Amino acid sequence: MAVFLRDLLRYRAEFRIGVALVAAVLLLSVLASFSPYPPDSVYVVPPDLPPSLTYWFGTTSRGQDVFWQLSFAIRNTLLFGGTVALVSRLVALAVGLISGYKGGWLDRVLMSVNDTFIVIPLLPILVLFYFVMRDRISWLMLALIMACFGWAYDARLIRSVVMSLRQREFTQTSLFSGMSTRQILTEEHLPYVMPILFSTTMNNMVWSIGLEVTLAVLGFTDINTPTIGGMIYWANQHTAMVAGIWWWIAFPTITVIMAFIGLFLLAVSVNAHIDPRSRLWSVGGAS
Amino acid sequence: MPATTLSSISGAALSGYAGYVGRRLAQFLIVVFIGINIAYLVTHASPIDPVEQSISAVTSFGNTAPDAIEQMRNSLRELYGLGGTPVQQYLTFWKRILSADFGPSLSAFPTPVGTLIVRALPWTAGLLAVSTLVAWVLGNLLGGLAGYYRQSRGLKLMGVIAMGLHPIPYYILAMLLLILFGFIWPVLPISGGAAMNLPQSLTPEYVWSVLQHAILPALSLILIGVGSWFLGMRSLVSNVLAEDYVVYAELAGVKSWRILTSYVMRNALVPQVTGLAMSLGGIFNGAVITEKVFGYPGLGSLLVDAVYAGDYGLVLGVTTVSILGVSVGVLAIDLLYPLLDPRVKVG
Repeated sequence: MAVFLRDLLRYRAEFRIGVALVAAVLLLSVLASFSPYPPDSVYVVPPDLPPSLTYWFGTTSRGQDVFWQLSFAIRNTLLFGGTVALVSRLVALAVGLISGYKGGWLDRVLMSVNDTFIVIPLLPILVLFYFVMRDRISWLMLALIMACFGWAYDARLIRSVVMSLRQREFTQTSLFSGMSTRQILTEEHLPYVMPILFSTTMNNMVWSIGLEVTLAVLGFTDINTPTIGGMIYWANQHTAMVAGIWWWIAFPTITVIMAFIGLFLLAVSVNAHIDPRSRLWSVGGAS
Repeated sequence: MPATTLSSISGAALSGYAGYVGRRLAQFLIVVFIGINIAYLVTHASPIDPVEQSISAVTSFGNTAPDAIEQMRNSLRELYGLGGTPVQQYLTFWKRILSADFGPSLSAFPTPVGTLIVRALPWTAGLLAVSTLVAWVLGNLLGGLAGYYRQSRGLKLMGVIAMGLHPIPYYILAMLLLILFGFIWPVLPISGGAAMNLPQSLTPEYVWSVLQHAILPALSLILIGVGSWFLGMRSLVSNVLAEDYVVYAELAGVKSWRILTSYVMRNALVPQVTGLAMSLGGIFNGAVITEKVFGYPGLGSLLVDAVYAGDYGLVLGVTTVSILGVSVGVLAIDLLYPLLDPRVKVG
């Protein structure tokens, strides 16, 4: 694992940029714990001030300091993405491992359901969900329902890896030495799936955060919990762009774009590094 | 003798293709079935009674006679399909969807929901079809070139731009374009489907206006789409390049343009077609939000405005039509797939 990381840092510029971007965003989210203001109180600072030395990113029309509000928002947004990724990883792993290893009718049924979840347009369903839940919607509820939809594509990837692992000799050896299916899957196959699991986690976070921002901007989430989308929602409600309070929209947008590109670059570089052919290309190209 | 072999082969191919079509049709039905059931679950498993909620929204504005409330409660119950046992409710739900009857729209009373959807559908279908096709063709072409000519500086730069654009969600990109072309450099119309003062007809002015209004929504869909197809195609091409048949073609002196188009790209395109079918749902999500940002009069704007107006029938109608529409799109791509990959006809 240490060698893996070292090689990534040494040979992959994308990985270095990704780490830097994600680290910057993480740092901002950690700062939330040191905020002088509670996240949900309004009119604690003079409204509509442009960025200055006192208020680094300016203040909002609701009398909040954009910098501290942003650190709460990005923390909640990342937490949201992390929760969706974690829960949907569990489903994706279970479906991918079982479907790939067992094959047969079970595989066909699981993949049929899987393909359905890939194809179904999620946004209208989430909007419908908001429509029936209204104010009772909480971010955990939204995270869980997104996790219910976010596993399918990655389950297919994991399945394809396991299908090729099943043909390898060590699977036969473990089978004949009396390991159970569960043991083979968790002890023998899971390590090979880990790198892919990592890159799909990053991609899944990009996906779920993107959807959350979209829903929040429309006001279709719990808008009182500060998130990136929620900040843009309130800025739009106060017509910040027309009023010239550009910093209220610009800083959340820049931060979330940094997070997206950072996470995506991590996913891409790890993915490229897993593929031996492309690894040889980059390592050989460097020498 | 050769004639019989030929006919038996074509017979086998037909049954292979028929089998393929049958499997795809079955998958299509499964998608629609599961999708509609999810819509049912979402609407009926909610702890909030939608009828009581609508009533409290209305009655909070003033005093209403009790029997009027009772009358409203009954008609809403019927509208929401909440009468009878759960099994009856489930059957009513399916009956409404199969007969495409979502009742009158509450926000545009008494226009039926179906009429509103039919009016909005061409806008979304047009925007989605054109932008998806342009993004797919452009992204694959450029990505193929970038994978083949690895040393080209211009194509490398394009790769960097694609990596920067692809992960940005549709909303953020649409908003950036809106700010750019709405506040900083106002040259394009940023809202609506066509100029308001023109009658809907096939006059050159009207068509020109429709095209102008479509530029920004289409551009934001295309920019993100090109990025993802570009990156996918580039890595696929660099994998295909290492295949023996490509090396052999190079050694045999086949022209490099021909190698790129008929040896490399054609093979690398096969997974990209599958990818198009798989990402159609996601692209549709993007279209929904892009339409809302630019006030485009399609399904997306209809859906969001229906939520703001509390119009249950319209929200359910748009959701159902979305599921159906995307599934039909996927089925169409699946059925065209054998044209590109003749192996499925036999296998």
